[in-house]
Amino acid sequence: MRRLLVAGGSLALILLIAVVLISTGLIGGGTVGATFRDVFSWSVGGGGGALQPGVAPAHSWTETERGLIASLSIDRLPPLPPDPSNAVGDSPDAVALGHALFFDSGLSPDGSVACSTCHQPDNYFTDGKVFANVRDIDTPRHTPTIVGVAYSDWFYWDGRKDSQWAQALAPQEAAIEHGGTRTAHARYVLSHYANEYEAVFGPVPDFSDTSRFPPEAAPVENETAREAWEGMTEGDRGAINRVFANIGKSIAAYSRRILPGRSRFDDYAAAALVNDQAEMSELFSAQEAEGLRLFIGKGQCTDCHNGPLFTNGTFHNIGLPLPEGSRFDQGRTQGTYQVVEDTFNCLGEYSDASEEACVELRFIKLEGEELVGAFKVPGLRNVAHTGPYMHNGIFPDLDAVLRHYNHAPPAFPGHSDLVPLAFTVEQSEALKAFLLTLSAPPDAPPELLLPPNDE
Amino acid sequence: MDMDDGMSMDMSGGSMAGDALDPQTTENGLFTVSAVSRLDPVVINETHAWTLHIETDDGSPVTDAEIAIDGGMPEHNHGFPTAPRVTENLGEGDYLLEGMRFNMGGVWVLTLEVSSGGQSDTVTFEFELK
Ligand SMILES: [Cu+2]
Repeated sequence: MRRLLVAGGSLALILLIAVVLISTGLIGGGTVGATFRDVFSWSVGGGGGALQPGVAPAHSWTETERGLIASLSIDRLPPLPPDPSNAVGDSPDAVALGHALFFDSGLSPDGSVACSTCHQPDNYFTDGKVFANVRDIDTPRHTPTIVGVAYSDWFYWDGRKDSQWAQALAPQEAAIEHGGTRTAHARYVLSHYANEYEAVFGPVPDFSDTSRFPPEAAPVENETAREAWEGMTEGDRGAINRVFANIGKSIAAYSRRILPGRSRFDDYAAAALVNDQAEMSELFSAQEAEGLRLFIGKGQCTDCHNGPLFTNGTFHNIGLPLPEGSRFDQGRTQGTYQVVEDTFNCLGEYSDASEEACVELRFIKLEGEELVGAFKVPGLRNVAHTGPYMHNGIFPDLDAVLRHYNHAPPAFPGHSDLVPLAFTVEQSEALKAFLLTLSAPPDAPPELLLPPNDE
Repeated sequence: MDMDDGMSMDMSGGSMAGDALDPQTTENGLFTVSAVSRLDPVVINETHAWTLHIETDDGSPVTDAEIAIDGGMPEHNHGFPTAPRVTENLGEGDYLLEGMRFNMGGVWVLTLEVSSGGQSDTVTFEFELK
């Protein structure tokens, strides 16, 4: 009866019903507001689930809201597309080799650093530190997770790499990370993993002549290594680059497999899609649902944190404070030029992609004020477990993050894309409660979450 | 609209109703421009191509146009996340516009500056991704 009247679309009738219900003592006056919202949202939604007495209005959504919630669900995540620049990206042999390399600290001159040193499987492939740090030296940026980043178009906070395999190569030679050189890496992998390498990439090249292939040669800052590299013939450098690229492609074949798992939010989204309010109220507290309402509504969080990975994959300046004593970080304005010039980019000779497949690099945005101080929007899955937050690790916890979003100071230089949320304490708590529902163990074969010799 | 099968809402979170923008005349009336996306429906976070079609006011195709692209979200004070450009003259007044991408729902504009026969004119399309 009531639903029929609502479908008639007369607000006057809705008010009349409320008045009648109150005057007859069927509901208390204190719940009138909630009742109005409940009834009104059904009328906006054009129908929906049958009335369920006793179900809180917290789980009552319009059709538009339900669509928006569903758009964030992991059920909307397409199967991982192939990486056209990595022909072995989905080869099981490459996954096995990459798995071994990811955990092998032999890929550093002092045997102390592997990929897994910072990308720790037990910590959602992060390290819990403000800045990535090995040998007690800080790098300039915070370690991001690798869970689900295979879906990205750009890698690193500033997107200075355009594939997972090209990304995997840079830390190998960064002095304050692995600190290696590509000739030493190539030689190490070809001697320790000769069979595994051959199974994926074919015959192992011969680098035994140290006059042609010096023990430590790479285009790096270290003068000795750089001069050794520059002294090599172009052909020999190319042969080393090929093996080095293949190391990256193997590591990427492994890290591609680390995908996000199904969180409590995803079950809620499935219930929301079919408007099963009983199920929704089982899955989310009223506070968590309120947080979701703010996330997709007043908070405008889905402008950037959209889609099943909660990121639009692009770059935004959000006016972050600088860590004490540090200089302004250009972010994307520098990352664009670095990726265009990268030897290992999609259009380069070590990429397996056709030119047409390199759409992101071909249409990269190189100019615009919005690139200044902009960093890649991180996905929010497992956000509860991947602090500290931001490219510079400036916020130790989600409370600090939400304080920033509530105040949203202007950026300098550049332009902040934030508008102050000015949420109440209750609203901020609700938003945080919602963010905590996005956690789930990574979706990957269990053996890939352990070092290979632990199997 | 069927409520509970979920299909009617599959593209929510940032998509355009349909794949084409209504033809529009440039500011000074020199050209009529239409634009059809090759991604249907247009959704956020996917780089894709459009086909542009340009005619003179008497309906004959403009086959030698130079087209400059601009656009973004005026309300948010940002441009496209990519640098789209016309990459191919397809003949008969058609042009391939590649590198289009939208990274959020809301109102977007696409501005084309069309030059042909020594004359230039501009048209701005406005559309919403919901
Ligand atoms: Cu915007």
